Parts: sequence; C-alpha cells; structure tokens
Amino acid sequence: MIDALGNPQTVLLLGGTSDIGLAIVERYLASRPVRVVLAGRPSPRLDEAAARLTAKGATVETVEFDAAQTAGHQELISKIAAGGDIDLAVVAFGLLGEQAVAERDPAAAVELATVNYVGAVSVGVALATVMRAAGHGVIVALSSVAGERARRANFVYGSTKAGMDAFYSGLGDSLIGSGVRVLVVRPGFVTTKMTAHLEPAPLATTADEVADAVVAAVRRGRHTIWVPARLRFVMSGLRHLPRPLFRRLSR
Amino acid sequence: MGTTMLTGWGRTAPTPASLVPAGTDEQLADLVRSAGPRGLVARGLGRAYGDAAQNAGGTVVDMTGRDRVLHFDREAGTVVVEAGLSLDRLMREAIPLGWFVPVTPGTRFVTVGGAIAADIHGKNHHVHGSFCRHVLEFDLLCADGEVHSVRPGDDLFWATAGGMGLTGVVLRATVQLLPIETSRMRVDTERATDLDDLMDRLTRTDDQYTYSVAWIDCLSTGRRLGRGVLTRGWHAKAAELSTKDRARPLAFDPRVRLAAPRRLPGGLLNRYTVAAFNEMWYRKAPRERRDEIQPLATFFHPLDGVADWNRVYGPRGFVQYQFVVPFGAEEVLRTSVEAFASAGHASFLAVLKRFGAGNDGMLSFPDAGWTLALDVPVSAGLSPLLDRLDELVAGAGGRLYLAKDSRARAELIARMYPRLGRFRAVRDKYDPTGVFTSDLARRLAL
Repeated sequence: MIDALGNPQTVLLLGGTSDIGLAIVERYLASRPVRVVLAGRPSPRLDEAAARLTAKGATVETVEFDAAQTAGHQELISKIAAGGDIDLAVVAFGLLGEQAVAERDPAAAVELATVNYVGAVSVGVALATVMRAAGHGVIVALSSVAGERARRANFVYGSTKAGMDAFYSGLGDSLIGSGVRVLVVRPGFVTTKMTAHLEPAPLATTADEVADAVVAAVRRGRHTIWVPARLRFVMSGLRHLPRPLFRRLSR
Repeated sequence: MGTTMLTGWGRTAPTPASLVPAGTDEQLADLVRSAGPRGLVARGLGRAYGDAAQNAGGTVVDMTGRDRVLHFDREAGTVVVEAGLSLDRLMREAIPLGWFVPVTPGTRFVTVGGAIAADIHGKNHHVHGSFCRHVLEFDLLCADGEVHSVRPGDDLFWATAGGMGLTGVVLRATVQLLPIETSRMRVDTERATDLDDLMDRLTRTDDQYTYSVAWIDCLSTGRRLGRGVLTRGWHAKAAELSTKDRARPLAFDPRVRLAAPRRLPGGLLNRYTVAAFNEMWYRKAPRERRDEIQPLATFFHPLDGVADWNRVYGPRGFVQYQFVVPFGAEEVLRTSVEAFASAGHASFLAVLKRFGAGNDGMLSFPDAGWTLALDVPVSAGLSPLLDRLDELVAGAGGRLYLAKDSRARAELIARMYPRLGRFRAVRDKYDPTGVFTSDLARRLAL
C-alpha cells in the first residue's frame, strides 16, 4: 500500500536501468526501505543497479523483461503482483534512436515505435489489470515534451512519445474511481546516459530533478507534470505556433 | 458490483471496496464464506483515523445497520448489544437508567464492535483500563462461517481485543456498564506553564481522579514548551447538583450544534492560525478552578458538537499520531513535543495522558506510561519526522496506536508489539487462508 504520506512498499521499475527510474527509486529509498523489482534485459548494468539499490537498503529482485516482446507482459506483471501488491510502477523504458537513421530505415523506425509505444501500451494494459483488481496503485509513465509537438529534428521519437502520452492520459481517465492513478511525466531535455551524446536543450534538467518532481506529484495525487514545471507554459505556447515558424525554431 | 471509495477519519489514502450491509447472521456468514481473494473486513462508523476499515479491491461489511440493544439487565448493569450499535445510542439508553459506558473515547460515534477491535481507551484508563476489560463475552463470526462465543481466557478473546477486525466479525457483545448517580461531571481545571509542570501535576494527583487528561500546546517553544491545561474529574453525585439539575439528574440529550462545510480548502490550519487558537485556548482556561459541574458531553466529547470536523484539514487530510512510552521514558515525550514545536507542524488537538497497566490483548495499545496524541495536517516534511519519532518510541519500549496509524513501517510495528507473533498464530489457526484483511493489515504485514 502507499501510505497516507505517500510512501510505497513495492516499486516496479520497467526499464530497470533507466537513470530517471533509478533516481525515483533512490528518492523513496532515502526515507524508507522498499521492495524493488527491476525489470529489464539481463545485463551487467542491470546487476549493478540492483547492487546499488541493495546497498541503499532495498530488497531487490530482477526479472527479465523485453518491452518489444509483448506476449509475455501480462504473465510477468501478474507474477510480480502475486508476490505482493505493486504500489508504484514506473514505465521508464524507451529508446531515443537516431532520427537520421529512423526516418530512412523502416526497421529502425518500427523498433522505436515498438519499444516506446507498443511496449508501453502493452505494459499499461497489464498493469491496469492487476492494479484494478488490487484496488490501488500508481503508474508513473515517463513521457516527454517531445511528444507534445513533434519536431523536425526527432519526430520519430516524438511521435512514439505522443502516442504513449495519449495512451497513459486516457488510461488515467479510465481508472478514475478504481483506486488506481496514472501520473504522466513530461520532462524536457534530461541529461542522462540516453542523451549523453547530445547538446543540452534550453531548460535542460536532471534525473534527480525529475525524480523529486515525481515523488512530490505522487504524494499530491497529480495526473500530469512537466519538469521543470515552467515547460508547461513553454510547450503550451509552442503548440500554437504557426507551423513554418515552429519548423524554423526547432531544428 | 459497484464499489465505494473509503477512507478513515483522517481522509487520507482512499481505496475502493464493495461496501455491503451486514444483514443477518446467516447473510453475513455467507459473505464471509464467499469472500474473494482480496478478503473482507468489518467497518463501523469509520472513526479509525487510518486504513483499518478499508480493504482495497475487496469487501467491507457495513455493521452500522446491526444496532439493537438485545438485553439490558438494569440491576446488574450488563447489556447485550449488536456490534454495530454506537456508544452514542448506548449512552442515550443507559444514562437515564443510571448506567454509563465503562470506557468512552473522545467521540461517542464509535461502534461497540469497533471499540473491541481497537480496544479503545478513555480518560479513565488509569483507573478502569481499556474497553475490553469490561467485555464479558462476545460472539465472533470466524473465517469458516461459524459463530464462536468468546470469553476472556479464550485465545480468541485477547487476539480479538485490539485485533483490528482481523480475527473475524464481532456480532454481539455483553458489556458491563458503570453505575452513575447523575449525567454530570465534577471537574477540576488547572493550567500548567510548561511540560515539566504538566507532567508533575499529572503524576502527583492523577490517582485522585476517575478521569484525567491534559491538553498540550504543541506550538509553544522555549520556556513555554509543552504548556497545557489539565481537565480532570469524577461523575458528579446527586447531592452535588444544583437544585434545578437535581430534578432530572440523569438527563442526557447532547446535540450536534455545527457542521463543517463540505468543501474547505487546505491550509486553514497552519502554524499561525493554530498558534492563535492555542494561545486563546490556554488563556481562556482558568489558572485553577475546582468542582465545576459540567454535562457529560462537554467533558468527554466536545468535538462531537461539530459534525464532520475532520473536514477542516482540507482535501489532503491529516494524520493522528499517538504513542505510549513507559514511565521513565519522559525524554521521548519531551523530544516529540520539541520536534513538533520546532518543525511548526500545527497540531491543535494534542493530548497527554498517563495510562494505567495494560491487559492481555495481543495487539492492544494501552500500557503503563505516557501517551501523547496529536493531529497533524499532511505536509511534505511530516513523514521523515514521524519516522524518526517511531524509532525513539520503539527504542523506549513504546508503541503506536493501530487505530490511528496510517503511515508507520511494518518493521517498527513488529518491534513495538512483541505479542504480534502470538496474535498471528491465533489468527492463522482460525483464519488460515487470510479471509479477514484490510489495507492496514497489508500495509503493516499483520
């Protein structure tokens, strides 16, 4: 259960090596021990993450999970829930891809769409099913401002996030009254391993800042947040720019 | 089936459940036998502050429809009542006949079933103990759908006393009432200038009073840290009433005077408004007043005069923090009061009391020592502060009150309740598949 002051007992991180996801788990661990399930493809990085969280007081299990292999998702998530209600699930997996490749190679574009959108939709439905039965739980969906209006420079990625964001926003609405909540998180440019090779954009943020915002938003029962919060207004403006202007602004 | 969102009195962490009226014994037994994987728990008037009477995704049985007085022995002062009967109704029946409930908490709006499940205490704990001491027998519907008659001495009795509804559903109970001559209290009020003064007065003279409690100002710091007002008294004798009151010595008809508006914003109770209230409350109390005659409800249940007062904390709700620490652990008390005062967590209902000896209830809360209870609005820094205090309380051999908890850690509760293992053994014997469960039970791994 998530208690009256917002402390979860079990956290499932889908995308077990995600910098933002791990930062969220560490925020919770800083105040209390938590049972953590790291779901991801087996790798030394996943093991390192597990070891690091264990050292910080978590009881960690790692489970094999591939976002693109949707057939096994429901079974996997049901199995995790059978070991104790999932209080908080963070949907943190995703590929940034390379726009130049993705816009010319259908296979590359499809891979992005499969992981970022199809995979996210699949786990969303699976999580909602077990959480609805449990009568409680919070799903944190790591979306992106890139999905609010796709830019020329990364529209393949942007479109996957647009779809994912729309799905989780709608899922949240469908779960009103069920005891389950969905928090859609729209960070701007986050300096992480995923973006290490890129020039930071204006209003760039860090995984720790996103984590702080997520923990506060879960406690307060929010449905959508932007990180940093100012991006909400920036994006609201950008969404309404005439297209030729937006195109030139956002290369 | 439709579900209903439920919370405790603190209005935090709502969860949905199928809320089903209890019906007859047979209907209730059917419900228990057919409970789904998320289990079932009984609910009374929802005065537990946290999640004790919530069951996310499962069944919650509304007991309040089962509220009859089945038998009243006017000579012996024993009543047989259905578990959904409120103490309010019981008082309205019993007081005119010269009998009072053996134990009343700060509200009359709790059920007898809830009083047993939480083994509630009142201002007379140091004299009369907690509620279950006065329960002669109860009928308990267990997980197999059978009704057991349970008496003190049975393992089920002391597992159920304070057992938070996790051993079964209390159907009926026989309760020994307390004889009274009048429906008034004779009350002494005095102010204490700081925490030492307050504790000193309580320690020295508590034994003279049947009922004793101290309100404590949790926002004063420095020299005035822990200042407060003691209100202590006895049931008034007929001879002590005014001539006018003597005509109807057992009259009892308390009314709800006010109702809190349905929608109030958060933040109304902040450190400034509460500090102002506390200052006023302290100044308003006489430095010392003896033998004042007060109606029962004024002395015991002042907040029952305001319907739904819990709404004043706004939509985010509040936490009630209550612990007991043994005599000798006064430092924990002082540290707690200091911590609340310096952090500025505004508590306008802070109460200090000395408990008498505890009973055999495996999860029963009261035990010899100091108990401090306070309401705190939910805010960002509260969780780490309370976690820190939990450690001090557990370290001193104290414990938290499960009926008020909504945020403690399971490991700490296990340390605070050394008889939890025995409780689990009894519970597992009668409910091996875990039919009876609640959000509280899941959260605290009871």
